[in-house]
Amino acid sequence: MKKNDVILQTVTNVVVFMIFLFSLQVFFSGHYHPGGGFIGGLMTSGAIVLLLLAYDIKTVSKIIPIDYKLLIGIGLFFAVATGAGSLLFNVPFLTHAFSHFDLPILGETSLHTAVLFDTGVYLVVIGVTMTIIQTIGEGE
Amino acid sequence: MTEIINVFAGIFIAIGALLSLVTALGILRLPDVYTRNHAASKGSTLGVMSVLLGAFLYFYTLDGDYNSRLILAIVFIFITSPVAGHLISRAAYNTGIPMWEKSVLDELKDKEKHEKDGLKREKQ
Repeated sequence: MKKNDVILQTVTNVVVFMIFLFSLQVFFSGHYHPGGGFIGGLMTSGAIVLLLLAYDIKTVSKIIPIDYKLLIGIGLFFAVATGAGSLLFNVPFLTHAFSHFDLPILGETSLHTAVLFDTGVYLVVIGVTMTIIQTIGEGE
Repeated sequence: MTEIINVFAGIFIAIGALLSLVTALGILRLPDVYTRNHAASKGSTLGVMSVLLGAFLYFYTLDGDYNSRLILAIVFIFITSPVAGHLISRAAYNTGIPMWEKSVLDELKDKEKHEKDGLKREKQ
């Protein structure tokens, strides 16, 4: 019997974008509201897991051609580089700084280097979760 | 105006709680997995959506806080919850969970025969 997943796949196509946007919103609001890199990364990988449930593992790796083990490395590099960057300004390791910038579209925004550290956390969480799930999923 | 919307928020939350109660009663009282799923996926969807709408209205009138996450949650639940019910029912049917003994019609039972007929028609 051929499997017919058209309802699940159609709903997944809509819902994945909603989950992904919400995870980005949670990630960026982490400084002033509940949220942050960890929960944002978990929700992004939740969206990818939903894709894995609706489609098979080959299709998903074709849609998102990312090596998740590489993502862990990039995330750790982000975290360490943000910490080491403070050494250039003659302050202790992991000292953060923030300032107000006048961006072209967004207007006056306060940018904080902690966001870069959080990006590292975000990427590592996605990488670890997806590596675990893909490894278990591929194992016979 | 604020009071009126507050009353509406209260009514929405009460309706939502009532619908959730009806859902729980339906899950307890109905005879087999399909009818229970019918109660759970419809009643609780509308119940939770009403509660969220009530909460949204309350916080909107309380301090003008337009909480778009609640709107997103309403849309999200409206999309996903019936699909979850559909998938649970289909998984139950495919693993051979029996229907209530008083049910009269099972049109999926000779599905394979239908599929063969369809193949024949395509060949002709």
